[in-house]
Amino acid sequence: MLQEESDLSLIIAQIVQKLKGSNLYAQLERQAWGSWEKRILKSLNSMCTELSIPLARKRPVGEQKELLNKWNEMGTDEPDLSLFRPVYAPKDFLEVLINLRNPNYESGDSLSFRTHLGLIQVPLKVKDIPELKEFFVELGLTTGQLGIDDSTQVPPELFENEHVRIGQKVLTQQDSAAAQQYIRQGSPTALRAELWALILNISSHPEDILYYEQLKTNVIQHDLLVDSLIYKDVKLTASNDDYYFVFEDYLYQVLLCFSRDTSVLSHFAYNSASPPKSYIRGKLGLEEYAVFYPPNGVIPFHGFSMYVAPLCFLYHEPSKLYQIFREMYVRFFFRLHSISSHPSGIVSLCLLFETLLQTYLPQLFYHLREIGAQPLRISFKWMVRAFSGYLATDQLLLLWDRILGYNSLEILAVLAAAVFAFRAVNLMEVTSLAAAEAVLADLSTLKVMPLLQIFLFATVT
Amino acid sequence: MSRVSVPCHVKGTVALQVGDVRTSQGRPGVLVIDVTFPSVAPFELQEIMFKNYYTAFLTIRVRQHTSTHTPAKWVTCLRDYCLMPDPHSEEGAQEYVSLFKHQMLCDMAQVLELRLILRQPSPLWLSFTVEELQIFQQGPKSPSMTFPKWLSHPVPCEQPTPLLEGLPDPSRVSSEVQQMWALTEMIRASHTSTRIGRFDVDGCYDLNLLSYT
Repeated sequence: MLQEESDLSLIIAQIVQKLKGSNLYAQLERQAWGSWEKRILKSLNSMCTELSIPLARKRPVGEQKELLNKWNEMGTDEPDLSLFRPVYAPKDFLEVLINLRNPNYESGDSLSFRTHLGLIQVPLKVKDIPELKEFFVELGLTTGQLGIDDSTQVPPELFENEHVRIGQKVLTQQDSAAAQQYIRQGSPTALRAELWALILNISSHPEDILYYEQLKTNVIQHDLLVDSLIYKDVKLTASNDDYYFVFEDYLYQVLLCFSRDTSVLSHFAYNSASPPKSYIRGKLGLEEYAVFYPPNGVIPFHGFSMYVAPLCFLYHEPSKLYQIFREMYVRFFFRLHSISSHPSGIVSLCLLFETLLQTYLPQLFYHLREIGAQPLRISFKWMVRAFSGYLATDQLLLLWDRILGYNSLEILAVLAAAVFAFRAVNLMEVTSLAAAEAVLADLSTLKVMPLLQIFLFATVT
Repeated sequence: MSRVSVPCHVKGTVALQVGDVRTSQGRPGVLVIDVTFPSVAPFELQEIMFKNYYTAFLTIRVRQHTSTHTPAKWVTCLRDYCLMPDPHSEEGAQEYVSLFKHQMLCDMAQVLELRLILRQPSPLWLSFTVEELQIFQQGPKSPSMTFPKWLSHPVPCEQPTPLLEGLPDPSRVSSEVQQMWALTEMIRASHTSTRIGRFDVDGCYDLNLLSYT
């Protein structure tokens, strides 16, 4: 009996550790994250004082009415955002990651077998290609894939028709686990919206719609500084994108409500970050007047709105779009901009990318390093945004199908390495970082599934 | 099972190394920690708990009290227990670990002294040890409950008292009351746990600056 008890508690402890992956290497993470968080807070505070704008204020009634009237067309508004600047951009975050050091790690001054040749110097365990082949076994050469086996040259009877039929069956059964397994081979366009909702456990109950309306009311009542940051971000990124500018209004409706959603705070239980705090005006230090800012604890950075933009292709009803985005954020996207040792965390993804490149394209890696173009400097922005805005939308959705199917973001690192492998010949001829960036500037013509398949299963090592 | 912490004295770590410690270039890969129990009689060990700090493998030897007058011998009770699956990477490096009596190779009935042998074969780490070491013995068993006689031998049903005129059947009333009670319990249990999601304090959310603490 005792054996079972302690076995059970060990198993539970292991499961808890896996869930709380970000909390394992507390010492390393807290120091690095603490100073980074302080930098963000300082940046936000200085923006407040420079522009003399409060962090948050209650809107006067007239303004509330006005906002309510143009709720569906906030994109037509052209506020003066020139003085606002994003709190941070992915490249600032990369600098923080590059400077992560383990105090117990021997990193001598001279180059030795211990020095990491890439930018990331933290010795986390990452998968190598044999392990990745096992993990992504459904992407193998002998398994049918949407993104490969549904191209016009392949007759649909071979794979596509049967795959669609199975997808419809999964949906009628409403089996979430089966959907997750099914979507590893890609989702037919017609079924994608429902499949994602099934996997993420999103259903449209009246209380969910009511919750979204409540958030909308919160947006109307209170004006946050973060709103201006969101406006600026949308104008800078999504509105300039050929595919996503039509969804500008949706993006405001989702992101402004997202900032007010306190249920997002619960994800900080497994995120090593902590939400910024503030005190109601004048009551500094009194705990009863302490609140989180923004209410959901997430400060948006440059490019944040690109997490929402692709979802607009799938969902047109604002409250459902909102719920899907929120669930995707607290399951996956938060790991892309917070420091943790989780295998899907951005640090592990960066290390996985660099390790794959070094191991399987050593000449390319060495060449790029010699010309001062560390590969991670180019691929980091792809991974932080989960390739949103860099790939064509149909390819991006096929990629995000696999993220949901495998419940892991590691595929982003594998794809980044595969892109470098694909353009290796051109990259070997460049002589500067700018030229390397130019070779890899346009990914919109790439087909992700063949790239992944070739890199994982068809490259001679 | 309750457990009671045993006060222990952890001696300083001793590095095992071949050759002269000062002139040798490399770092020791084996450390030994002795744990004694000066003020406690030989006890039965229940659990060992500690926080790992970059130790890859752990071996524990125990010296037990023997009834005869032969000197107590050291016996290995845990051999090469793996704490870090890959000694070169971070996994498992700073975890909390619990080891139980049943995982040991020998009986732990009369423990006098423990010796922890830590191994870290990877040259990447500057130092390694285990921290926050705690030893537990079995706590007092909860007193066994003897059921009162009337629970295990229910009294046979008594004859129901004769119905008074004009009053409803008591057994029917009691079953209906029970159903109503079950309904109220259901409603009470199913109250939604979704939060209202208020982020303001009494309708006020006027903020000036963020706090750094």
